[in-house]
Amino acid sequence: MFESLTSALGKAFQSLRGQRNLTEENIQEGLKAVRRALLEADVHFKVVKSFVNRVKESALGREVLQSVSPADQFVKICHDELVRLMGSETARIPVADQGPTVVMLAGLQGSGKTTTCAKLAHYVRKRKKKRPLLVAADLQRPAAVEQLRTLGRQLGIEVYEEGVDGNPPAVCERGIRHAFRNGHDFVILDTAGRLHVDDRLMKELEEVVKRCKPHAVVLVCDAMLGQDAVNSAGEFHRRLPLTGIVLTKLDGDTRGGAALSVREVTGCPVLFAGVGEKTEDLEEFHPDRMAGRILGMGDVVGLVERAQEVLDEKDAEKAAKKLLKGRFTFEDFLKQMQMVRKLGPLKKVLGMLPGMGQALEGVEIEDGHFARLEAMILSMTPLERRDPDRIDLSRRRRIAAGSGNELQAVHNLIKQFKQMRKMFGKMGKGGIGGGLSPEMLAGKGPRKGFRTPKGGAPFGSGRPGGRKRGRGF
Amino acid sequence: MVLRRLLQGLRKTREKLGDGLSRLLGGRRPLDEDLIEEIEELLYTADLGPTGEELVAGIQDAWKKKEITETGELRRWLRNALLARVRGASGRLAQAAEGPTVILVAGVNGSGKTTSIAKLAKFLKDRGDKVCLCAADTFRAAAVEQLTLWAERLGVDIVKQDTGADPAAVAFDAVEASIARKVDTLIVDTAGRLHTQKNLMRELEKIIRVIGKRIPEAPHETLLVLDATTGQNAIRQAEEFGKIVPIDGLILAKLDGTAKGGAAFSIHDALGIPIKFVGLGERLEDLEAFDPESFVDGILGEERGEGAREPDGSL
Repeated sequence: MFESLTSALGKAFQSLRGQRNLTEENIQEGLKAVRRALLEADVHFKVVKSFVNRVKESALGREVLQSVSPADQFVKICHDELVRLMGSETARIPVADQGPTVVMLAGLQGSGKTTTCAKLAHYVRKRKKKRPLLVAADLQRPAAVEQLRTLGRQLGIEVYEEGVDGNPPAVCERGIRHAFRNGHDFVILDTAGRLHVDDRLMKELEEVVKRCKPHAVVLVCDAMLGQDAVNSAGEFHRRLPLTGIVLTKLDGDTRGGAALSVREVTGCPVLFAGVGEKTEDLEEFHPDRMAGRILGMGDVVGLVERAQEVLDEKDAEKAAKKLLKGRFTFEDFLKQMQMVRKLGPLKKVLGMLPGMGQALEGVEIEDGHFARLEAMILSMTPLERRDPDRIDLSRRRRIAAGSGNELQAVHNLIKQFKQMRKMFGKMGKGGIGGGLSPEMLAGKGPRKGFRTPKGGAPFGSGRPGGRKRGRGF
Repeated sequence: MVLRRLLQGLRKTREKLGDGLSRLLGGRRPLDEDLIEEIEELLYTADLGPTGEELVAGIQDAWKKKEITETGELRRWLRNALLARVRGASGRLAQAAEGPTVILVAGVNGSGKTTSIAKLAKFLKDRGDKVCLCAADTFRAAAVEQLTLWAERLGVDIVKQDTGADPAAVAFDAVEASIARKVDTLIVDTAGRLHTQKNLMRELEKIIRVIGKRIPEAPHETLLVLDATTGQNAIRQAEEFGKIVPIDGLILAKLDGTAKGGAAFSIHDALGIPIKFVGLGERLEDLEAFDPESFVDGILGEERGEGAREPDGSL
């Protein structure tokens, strides 16, 4: 999500490589790049200024470590400052001692409140074993109530609503009473989007706070916001007892600098990040991981967590062992592929790996490709899957016909499967393999070392020479 | 009066930038580094982004060459520089030679598409068009209902299917219906999509292709709605949408109240896409044709002098 910022900083630090000391001169370029990158990332001007100053002071005052390069040291300093800026630990929504926990969501129009309400309800039900109730108090936007009602129906989560007429604070109050009576232990209030300069609507929010005393008041904030983020968040903060922030639309290519600004101006932690269209696409926000991500260190912890959630650990371990011993079969391959697919869209998964953020920029990865590979493997007999060496030309023809692929695709799949098996086998014996390259995954044609006979067809692709738009990869 | 409304809408921008600049540029103080730095800050905080950087470099340069030495000259310099960047940025709506004119409206989630469409429909209806809306956002829950409510309020036709229907099919139906009903302008609402979502961008491509099957030149006008509070990502949005379909114009939504619209300069600078409308408020009539002079003057907080051109109301 912060790839663009990562690559800009990467370039800045490149000029530092090979230097012995951090001096006023040799960090100038780095600082300039950091400043520029942050400004282009929509971090507020003042926040950028103080950030750059802090980094500079910290860098110059420090003794040069002999064990690491000045560039790495500089990265570390930036990392620490970023973590500090975003809050140093993961924040949580407080839970009420008694009765339902009440959370109010507020924000500008189009920031994604209603969608976030649904995502949050889904999250607390699935992860915190709560019984949530959604309260439809956006009576401004046409069909907002209808939207929440529909989302609730899709999720099987109850929505309290009184139609489109009425007084939002009163609706909220009655919604909470409804929760008490019906055993809901988590209430989410969806309020109308508003400009922070709209005094009447801001007063209405104050009224909701006064009457409902929510345990948490959460500002929903579009990650694409520009410099004005500081003003709107500041005003919401001034009028309401904000306790946290949800950043939405972080799955786009925005550099998301608003996250830093909003955090700085409100002092409130970012609780969650919206990272996709689906209801489950709401993630806990971890400042340290995010800082690592900004600096190209990858979100490995996030990947591991996600993996734990969907993968069978024993299966994965078994497969890994076999892989390293070079006794990997198409059956294992299929199983692994299915597991990875459970993790979510491939590009998202890969983006969490260290160093991949930069490598993936501009690379189009489509999950349709997996389906093609799967079809080919499923067209093999169990014997063929266990012993790929036995697949002769006649069998390959049958597999191609059976899976609706060209013969070349089958050739490629088998060839590359064998290469992979060999490579990982070497790794298991202490050698170092090249790993999967993004080009290979994107079907752009292999890098050196992955050459296939016909001039570099992508992994499993039936079309030598690369991809065409609109068809798998 | 268009100008008055625009100035009102840009009140916040002016408070931020204009009044800030007025304060800085008032009188005839000599320039110094501190002053330039303060101006730099104001330009950046208006989301001018790379344009702000260029402007500051230009100011530095002109100052060193002694072309500008005091704040009065700086003000004129800034006005010219800003104006030069958006002078050609306004534009008219295209019109079909015969049959319905099809306007497709796209944008990221929450940018203000549906509201802008309602305003645009009102604008066109007021100028005498027979307008039809097409609810091709079949993805977001209740988006169809939202547009239907607007159609009812405005008293215009709407073609729709249920949520979850194929948006391209809805669009095709709407084009058929518009031809049959002799509609002047058909406005097609599409689902909000982040420009990074390849599958949704392909869906948009399909909608356009299908519309073109019935009327080869259609859509005659593809408008991208940008949230004026968006930062530098606005440029990326315009770029990426432009790869799928040539963007004929922008609607800069939510320019009222707080937004600064500085991104408009960068977008026009980078991509040369005309800004056709600006959204200036919550009411249906708060949509105006974009006028570069009053936009810049709005930002600089300077009233226009005599002989000011009236923005082309007919578009």
